[in-house]
Amino acid sequence: MKVTIALIAVGGVLFGCGTALLLSRPLTRILLGAVLLGNGANLLVLATAGRAGKPPLLYPGTDPKDVADPLPQAMALTAIVITLALTAFLLAMAYRGWQLSGDDDVQDDVEDIRIALRAEHEGTRAELRAVLRADRVRQARAEETEDLDDEVWDHVLGADR
Amino acid sequence: MTASDLLPLPVALPLLAAGLKLAIGQRLPRTQRFISAGVLCAVLAASLTLLVAADRNGPQVMHTGTWPASVGITLVADRLSGLMLVVSAAVTLCVLVYSIGQGMADSDEATPLSVFHPAYLILVAGVCDTFLAGDLFNLYVGFEIMLTSSYVLLTLGGTAARMRAGATYVVVSLLSSVLFLVAIGMVYAAAGTVNLALLAGRLAELPSGVRLLLQLALLTVFGIKAAVFPLAAWLPDSYPTAPAPVTAVFAGLLTKVGVYSILRVQTLLFPGGRLADPLMLVALLSMVVGILGAVAQTDLKRLLSFTLVSHIGYMVFGIALASRGGIAGAVFYVAHHITVQTTLFLVAGLVERRGGTTDLLRLGGLARISPLLAVVFFVPAMNLAGIPPLSGFLGKLGLLRAGVAAGTGWAYVLVAGGILTSLLTLYALAKVWNLAFWRAAPLDLCADGTVLESDEEPAAAGENGASAVPLPAGHAHAASLSGRPITTTASPPAAMLLATCALVALGLSFTVLAGPLTGLADRAAVELLARAPYVTAVLGH
Repeated sequence: MKVTIALIAVGGVLFGCGTALLLSRPLTRILLGAVLLGNGANLLVLATAGRAGKPPLLYPGTDPKDVADPLPQAMALTAIVITLALTAFLLAMAYRGWQLSGDDDVQDDVEDIRIALRAEHEGTRAELRAVLRADRVRQARAEETEDLDDEVWDHVLGADR
Repeated sequence: MTASDLLPLPVALPLLAAGLKLAIGQRLPRTQRFISAGVLCAVLAASLTLLVAADRNGPQVMHTGTWPASVGITLVADRLSGLMLVVSAAVTLCVLVYSIGQGMADSDEATPLSVFHPAYLILVAGVCDTFLAGDLFNLYVGFEIMLTSSYVLLTLGGTAARMRAGATYVVVSLLSSVLFLVAIGMVYAAAGTVNLALLAGRLAELPSGVRLLLQLALLTVFGIKAAVFPLAAWLPDSYPTAPAPVTAVFAGLLTKVGVYSILRVQTLLFPGGRLADPLMLVALLSMVVGILGAVAQTDLKRLLSFTLVSHIGYMVFGIALASRGGIAGAVFYVAHHITVQTTLFLVAGLVERRGGTTDLLRLGGLARISPLLAVVFFVPAMNLAGIPPLSGFLGKLGLLRAGVAAGTGWAYVLVAGGILTSLLTLYALAKVWNLAFWRAAPLDLCADGTVLESDEEPAAAGENGASAVPLPAGHAHAASLSGRPITTTASPPAAMLLATCALVALGLSFTVLAGPLTGLADRAAVELLARAPYVTAVLGH
């Protein structure tokens, strides 16, 4: 199979640029990245057809050997249509994001940060709870010496004295 | 007319119905509901016929337009495809009934009818197409049909939370689609065809390095879809914000489409268990990391999303074993897991509707307030955790036995990991049960004070029957189909409850019918490992 270096090189460049854009925050840049990536992939699929040839229309007298491989062309066409639909959807998303928040940045996952914070503060929370508990015990003892009703504290703390 | 004539129906019928519904728009709501339900019933009937035919007479094949397999589009239904089709058709039908109930209860019929139903039907068509695809490119197209409609469903209503979650999902899926296209290009360049049956023969003649590259490329793509560990970070973030029926059907079906593709590629294209060890490692990490993530969560939907990632590991484990028992166990587990995971997400939707939130720190006392809800949560939860004699236990047992039978060091590590994951799943679900269902008064529970929690009163229902408390906007991030806040009600709408109960019953029927089902899974495994029936059926020699 003969391969066109130019197609593959262009595909590679498109992939590089697309990846760089895809790693940024604003959805419009991601959209451009996705378009570049899609085009790069289409070029690579097209490159699998081998060398260029005549249009794949088999009129009488056409030698099938001169004709370019039609299958990658059909695949690339399908993929182009799909990329078009996704581009439209991403544009709509970017616009909606701009409507909602004034920019189209992809936001962080709040719940994830919350869980991480919870884990981070786990130690502090345990310490605070221990301090609070010790405080209550001390208070209870103090009040006990004042002959207050200690059954209440038994009820609250359990019989751990 | 033979059974193979039914092959295009699971794809064509939902697509045609979606077009019809787009044309009708918002008119005739009752007729439209009947169309959706009727179409899915027809898909279920066709799938059942295909499964029976495939089981009796071998794989059913259709060459569309009578093009030869090397250039045309081939649709194939063998035992595995048939089983996947039947389970997904049954599950999608139940979820549709649930969503109709939810749409009627929230009285926002306009959005469901004009957007949700067509997008949902297209999603079903895409899922069926991937199961029936006999060539890689049709598989790609099926994925794209499914993904494009899933973008719409995930961002339904366009609320801020859904746009945020949707952005991650869309970008990740987009990248995986591009990778898939590149992989197809490489396969075509190397082997000159994308037909699976032809590839089964031709890939063996390729140099070993090229084959490894192709296998890695395809496995990476399907790994993203299936959400196995290093590629799963997108899932727990993007699923929970969607409406309950959408999350349910995504959790049940979309990841399993990835698992199905891995299974198909590993058995048909790259047999002999190559890359088994990396797959084992991936399976182990998915199981353990996923379930540890679930244990840390305090939101029911996110917790369930993490268990989803974790249990994908079991199926990958079975596939990596590449033995008859392993494959059969994976097939059985996929069928079981689709049903159970979907049910649990539907129940999460009901919990949200009853308690006003899915935050476990705010919920409580649901077992007393709504015993029926407790039952429909408890049964699938125990099923997921793998309590005997439920099908989750049978599926895990089959996989563990296959692991022990394999007897390699990796297999034993995986068996240990599987048991640990099962126990931790039980722990995570017991936590849900204790917090949301069993502990007493919901008002006492904010005392423990969590970081970054707002101080709103939990909108949980009091004891006095129908407490219709509208939630503050923006709080209920899931809410209705169109993204508006929902109203909590004392008893869930009948259609939603009915659909959930039907799915619970389906999950239980896997336990009752475990004998025939494991038999079928075993025959499917034999067929997959033999490869010859598939290839002969497609190529005709």
